Amino acid sequence: MFRNVAELVQLAESNQVKIAEIMIRQEIEVSGLSRAEVIGKMDKNLTIMEQAVERGLNGVHSHTGLTGGDAVLLQNYIKSGKALGGTILLDAVSKAVATNEVNAAMGVICATPTAGSAGVVPGTLFAVKEKLNPTREEMIEFLFTSAAFGFVVANNASISGAAGGCQAEVGSASGMAAAAIVELAGGSPKQAAEAMAITLKNMLGLVCDPVAGLVEVPCVKRNAMGASNAITAADMALAGITSRIPCDEVIHAMFLIGQSMPSSLRETAEGGLAATPTGKRLEQEIFGESKTFKLKDLVLS
Amino acid sequence: MKYRSAFDIIGPVMIGPSSSHTAGAARIGRVARTLFGRLPKKAIISLYGSFAKTYKGHGTDFAIVAGLLDFDTNDERLPKALEIANEMGLAIEFRTEDAVVDHPNTVKINLYDEANDLEMVGISIGGGTIEITELNSFPLKLSGEHPAILVVHQDRFGIISAVTNVLSAHEINIGHMEVSRLEKGEMALMVIEVDQRIEDKVIDELTNLSNVSQIIRMVV
Repeated sequence: MFRNVAELVQLAESNQVKIAEIMIRQEIEVSGLSRAEVIGKMDKNLTIMEQAVERGLNGVHSHTGLTGGDAVLLQNYIKSGKALGGTILLDAVSKAVATNEVNAAMGVICATPTAGSAGVVPGTLFAVKEKLNPTREEMIEFLFTSAAFGFVVANNASISGAAGGCQAEVGSASGMAAAAIVELAGGSPKQAAEAMAITLKNMLGLVCDPVAGLVEVPCVKRNAMGASNAITAADMALAGITSRIPCDEVIHAMFLIGQSMPSSLRETAEGGLAATPTGKRLEQEIFGESKTFKLKDLVLS
Repeated sequence: MKYRSAFDIIGPVMIGPSSSHTAGAARIGRVARTLFGRLPKKAIISLYGSFAKTYKGHGTDFAIVAGLLDFDTNDERLPKALEIANEMGLAIEFRTEDAVVDHPNTVKINLYDEANDLEMVGISIGGGTIEITELNSFPLKLSGEHPAILVVHQDRFGIISAVTNVLSAHEINIGHMEVSRLEKGEMALMVIEVDQRIEDKVIDELTNLSNVSQIIRMVV
């Protein structure tokens, strides 16, 4: 079992296989399932991701009214031809937002690695798909590559906002996506690790400060930044740029930063954006005395 | 290592909005339900740390109750769990605690009916992965991902080998095992995570061992 990114890259290089293949082989060994069963399980998760993006692109709104509809706005803007950013980048952002709008509306999503950060990996996959034209099998491999890097972060740092802030959630998701994009685009295992390192370095210190404790503001838009950060870092790594600080050390730095973050910035809705005047007002409007609905009624309609 | 599977990272498939505060919470509730063995009549749910601060926004309350109702993380009925519990005669009381705990996402669940009661503490460590850390005041470590046998017994010599002999006779492989006790010579708890399904006859044989007071089967 690989314990860090260095071992993961070394395993892939010495076996002359993709990182996805190392993750698949490990999963077969740990679970006792057959190769077909392991692939089939990930195929089902991929289908859930496709359905969530589709649902979000058709327009969805949370019942608090705080989030929803932005994925559609962005798609329309792309179609207008006025967009300044590249189409793939904005498409990734739109699809990441779509997924998290569905999540905020309590729809069905696949956590990657968490629900609050569920948009980044599928958002980037379905956007780069338009250019790289992967087979279904390669798209499944994309998820195993993401899993391999997420696995290292989860075991050496954290993928929990309550433990490590948003850097542990959207930061991890963004790094996972960057590494998987590199591998799908034909980059080496080492380049995938560089992309992960570059991405995480740009996410260090990001706090978890959800308004009213809801996974809406700023979570949905942080997935947008996570997706664009991933594509940028993947392009940098594919261009041959390397990280001066090795990936495993960046992950350890993330762990230490999470440890020193005050509790008010780790998913308690007591600091950051949650503590702004508007954040507090929204909380009061949603959960205060004058509340007009209960959370349990906020089901996706 | 806390995380062992690719599907701990890519997964679970779940109803939003939070993997730790919704899906993980539902899983903790479901383990409590499994350990209790049936639908309880009453549940007292005590929330700590981030769970206590943000449970409303994350739907942690209905998620835990959904678990007590034996719902999976992707069950569309999840957001309606509080009403469904009410219809099914499960009384629920929520408490938010200020006490500082080891992990920010901690919940203590007390379950009751006429015949039995149970106290369990669980933590949601991120991405929907959970750990059960305490059962009836015994410290333990249970992932809830593998079949397990929990043996409540008197702290006496020979009891561990008696239990493992039964498992060995039925060709059941042990993946993880630990023993804890409150005081020397008093009640103790053995937690055994196994690879195979546990048949009724195994449970019967274990129940009949001397110094064993209770066997709890954890099915996944």
